[in-house]
Amino acid sequence: MGSSRPERAPAWIAVLAALGAAFFIVPLVGLVVRTPWADAWSSLTAADTVEALRLSLIASLSSTAVALVLGVPLAWVYARVEFPGKNVLRALTTLPMVLPPVVGGIALLLAFGRRGLVGQWLDGAFGITLPFTTAGVVFAETFVAMPFLVLTVEAGLRSMDRRFEEAARTLGARRWTVLTRVTLPMIAPSLAAGAVLCWARALGEFGATITFAGNFPGVTQTMPLAVYLLLETNPEGSFILSLVLLLVSLAVLVGLRHRWLGSA
Amino acid sequence: MKALLAAVLLGAAACGMAQEGPHPTGSITVFAAASLTDAFKTLGLRFQGQHEAVTVDFNFAGTPTLVTQLENGAQADVFASADGTNMDRLKSDGLTAGDSRVFAHNKLEIVVAPGNPRHISSLADLAMPGVIYVAAGPSVPAGKYAGQALAKAGVKVTPRSLETDVKSVVSKVELGEADAGIVYTTDVKAAGDKVAGVAIPDQYNVTATYPIVVVKGAPNPSLAQAFIDYVLSTAGQAVLASYGFQPA
Repeated sequence: MGSSRPERAPAWIAVLAALGAAFFIVPLVGLVVRTPWADAWSSLTAADTVEALRLSLIASLSSTAVALVLGVPLAWVYARVEFPGKNVLRALTTLPMVLPPVVGGIALLLAFGRRGLVGQWLDGAFGITLPFTTAGVVFAETFVAMPFLVLTVEAGLRSMDRRFEEAARTLGARRWTVLTRVTLPMIAPSLAAGAVLCWARALGEFGATITFAGNFPGVTQTMPLAVYLLLETNPEGSFILSLVLLLVSLAVLVGLRHRWLGSA
Repeated sequence: MKALLAAVLLGAAACGMAQEGPHPTGSITVFAAASLTDAFKTLGLRFQGQHEAVTVDFNFAGTPTLVTQLENGAQADVFASADGTNMDRLKSDGLTAGDSRVFAHNKLEIVVAPGNPRHISSLADLAMPGVIYVAAGPSVPAGKYAGQALAKAGVKVTPRSLETDVKSVVSKVELGEADAGIVYTTDVKAAGDKVAGVAIPDQYNVTATYPIVVVKGAPNPSLAQAFIDYVLSTAGQAVLASYGFQPA
């Protein structure tokens, strides 16, 4: 970004900036300081914790897979096709990024709950109900997390050099071959970043999950739900689980540092 | 003898009033169990109506959530619990000022959709195949009591979800996501015609006891005590009774 030369911060900027940074760092330090390290292993291997971890991994990976299958085509349409109302559609499908997740959960209930618009038909015709099931958790997580993948992949598709696709086509490649052998490999970094962001958001999902899917160990009680509920019965255990989620988030950030933090 | 006793009681009451001062003012924050939501909102309004320049703010949540908030430094003047266990927990944390007083009792009821479409008539019916039963979590008083009632009746049923407070159980049934739940009789009454209740026989039922206390370090302890006195007064008990609570 331009030829910015380092300069000294005026005192008042330095003070406010330090406060701003401390605002983020102090809570993290608090978590690390209050974590009872001696009990860490027993807390992590407690049956409920293992179950919550297992469920969180299954659900977040499943919703990332769903997001890839549905989100990449959506991103492709946004990047390549012009049609009336596209911006409105994009705004609607991006909404969960800024929507309070609990509102998303209520909306999901009204659509896919047993009495919901689609849900009553699913229940009547197939006997499928989503609330209180792991599939419901995947629904909630996908709803909240998929926009992160769509926007990242769309940006990747927009910024790629399309002459490679044209060259492949003039050399006689079919559309499917162009897509799988040229387009997708070229946007692989965006795909990976989008998938990781989507997965991290799904892993941390709380509001939509507890509202739409409920809370039961092994079925719908994911890590964030377990952390929240443990705070009432076993605060130390919830500190340890919080730290685990913190480390996962940190790992995601470090993995994506070239995209977000620049390559300084 | 009776006259003497009355005189002593009157004297004590007069002393109590004198200690409080004539007009407690300011504001208090009351942390109350979710099942008290409607009754306490009304109690708060009536109390404000009786005292000029007084504001009562409420924080309603599952009782263990409230205790956790208080343990982590939340500012409150009054704590109203849905069981003795959570009151004892706050006491052992050293966060209560003075002794707690029991101000109400409550009973359990099965909550179902209006018209009881699944024909649930007893606790045993909750274990019928295909019936979606939800409960409050075991750390929530309503969830603990529900478990006790089922155990007394010898019914084994696994809830499909463990909700964080009793009102969430009612809303899951109200939304039609669950077929039945075990809640307080007052919750069924509060939900009006949006749900229906199925009585649980006394031999299986569990009586919930609600204690109330001034929180240690309360910003306004005198007004907090005045509010508790009001809850325990004839007028306060009448309000609670109108919401289906049984007297202290």
